[in-house]
Amino acid sequence: MEKFYSCKGLVAPLDRANVDTDAIIPKQFLKSIKRSGFGPNLFDEWRYLDHGEPGMDSAQRKLNPEFILNLPRYRGAQILLARANFGCGSSREHAPWALQDYGFRVIIAPSFADIFFNNCFKIGLLPIVLDANNVDRLFREVLATEGYRLVVNLEEQSVTTPSGESFFFDIDPFRKHSLLNGLDEIGLTLQHADRIKAFEARHRAAQPWLFT
Amino acid sequence: MQTLYDKLWQSHVVHQESDKPDGMALVYIDRHLVHEVTSPQAFEGLKLAGRAPWRRDSILAVADHNVPTTGRSHGISDPVSRLQVETLDQNCEELDITEFKMNDLRQGIVHVIGPEQGATLPGMTVVCGDSHTSTHGAFACLAFGIGTSEVEHVLATQCLLIKKAKSMQVVVEGELGHGITAKDIALAIIGKIGTAGGTGYAIEFAGGTIRALSMEGRMTLCNMAIEAGARAGMIAVDNITIEYIKGRPFAPRGDQWENAVAYWRTLKSDPDAIFDRVVILDAAQIKPQVTWGTSPEMVTTVDGKVPDPSQITDVVKRHDMEHALEYMGLVPNMPITDICPDKIFIGSCTNSRIEDLRAAADVLKGKHIAANIKLALVVPGSGLVKHQAEQEGLDKIFREAGFEWREPGCSMCLAMNDDRLSSGERCASTSNRNFEGRQGPGGRTHLVSPAMAAAAAVAGHFVDVREIY
Repeated sequence: MEKFYSCKGLVAPLDRANVDTDAIIPKQFLKSIKRSGFGPNLFDEWRYLDHGEPGMDSAQRKLNPEFILNLPRYRGAQILLARANFGCGSSREHAPWALQDYGFRVIIAPSFADIFFNNCFKIGLLPIVLDANNVDRLFREVLATEGYRLVVNLEEQSVTTPSGESFFFDIDPFRKHSLLNGLDEIGLTLQHADRIKAFEARHRAAQPWLFT
Repeated sequence: MQTLYDKLWQSHVVHQESDKPDGMALVYIDRHLVHEVTSPQAFEGLKLAGRAPWRRDSILAVADHNVPTTGRSHGISDPVSRLQVETLDQNCEELDITEFKMNDLRQGIVHVIGPEQGATLPGMTVVCGDSHTSTHGAFACLAFGIGTSEVEHVLATQCLLIKKAKSMQVVVEGELGHGITAKDIALAIIGKIGTAGGTGYAIEFAGGTIRALSMEGRMTLCNMAIEAGARAGMIAVDNITIEYIKGRPFAPRGDQWENAVAYWRTLKSDPDAIFDRVVILDAAQIKPQVTWGTSPEMVTTVDGKVPDPSQITDVVKRHDMEHALEYMGLVPNMPITDICPDKIFIGSCTNSRIEDLRAAADVLKGKHIAANIKLALVVPGSGLVKHQAEQEGLDKIFREAGFEWREPGCSMCLAMNDDRLSSGERCASTSNRNFEGRQGPGGRTHLVSPAMAAAAAVAGHFVDVREIY
């Protein structure tokens, strides 16, 4: 997993609630057996005027000039500002992969769907929950100010605006530690291999039918 | 005093990472279901790290998302889909993992075949790289969807690092009206609490109405828990659960059966268990449900109207509603019964089991789809469901009514294979998501029960199934 410490990034606002994983990365791109290369198809149906299929050269496709990420002022954005229940729908990790591959490192929203939220941490993409009023204010500021950047500091758990105002965000201590150090979670779990084996032996004795 | 969720959680905690009860815990996984879309990168990661699966006999694999529903003897024509399915076959062969291949009678949608085989048993933790894993909670399992990194984590360690959720009890009491099904209960719940209403919770469905549901109905309900935002839905064990499991291929036998049943009967919430949130519904008030928008919470009753955004004060909500109506090609205040589908889809992990097919066939018997219906599909949930339906003569009823009778798979629920809507086409669908483009780019989905989909097929527009059947 990639390490995450801090990020000073351009912010792009996506002003829709309940953005689902089908919108983030449409199903036809899920046929890939790779983990990378999903960025060009992030928000594919909103982003391009034609219908996208795997194998198409995205550089040759016509962009939807009205889609927010296509506006020149949001090119190179690293922070996505979103609305409630972002990432609802399927468990596809392709959704965070696509956001990360596009260049996003942080997503800020008033709430996230559970599976999506969890998947983000596994790959070093930081989802931040701020209260709806503060998210509203950020939307207003981003829309009003070209080149609007936020500073996200994971160590301090803060999001700081250009005017110097800071918002604190909550994060599970274990997840924070894993992100800061780019830890391999499987490796960490395997340090408990003896515990897992002991549990398994007890479990097998109590419910042998689970092990046939 | 414990909830069912507390019991399932506690019996699987290997190690608590933090001393706080809401901290991360290492939780043991009993059953790992695997399909072709979310597993290739996990198997690759496992190999690259030089690791092996921790417990092969916990894994059951099947290809369901990409498989064609016609002409299977010719294989898969789309080379990208074919490679994904072949990759699963190859990984399972190399690692000696049980897989039901495409032409196996037992092949089907992963959430249909697990219970059908008895591979889903009460008291288990069940995971799969698929959000509709919540389905298996119908058997008093802790069952939830995971991402690909977690698929790899479970393959390598048989465990997951997760946080305990809050608990919600959804109580449904009273008798369901004629023609009202578990799908209508699920959509009514989502309409009430919203698609994010269950976020952060594990839901237990309880009450007399739930007790009266068949296992098929319970699976439909738990399947849709994720559409209410809850990763897991569950229902306590009772005689209906035990009768369903008895004699299935992976179910315990002999002495083990008696011991298992004795344990399973403890899998219910204690009478005075406290939930973080309780939601109550009166079954008698539930009418046939039809979604009108692009999120499952955008739902109303068949005798209702398309809502009017100008009546909504919340700006974000109003904007979303306007956007949804534009996408769906609907106007405010239009009666739901004036909406005319172009296609009908009966299938998906929500509604493709034998009872669902029987309910649709009951409506269709001796009738024919309307002239405006371009295509009506029935896609059984598994080869065994298909076989059973054929034994009962349901395939004939569907065919005579003008439906196509297909091979099992996810099909037009998410349109990863060739079954899809064209842009602007409208579908009465028994699936679970009406998201933009879900059934094909530009496609418009209305979620309904199997009986309602069949009724719409015959009438050519949505109609209250209670009036025609």
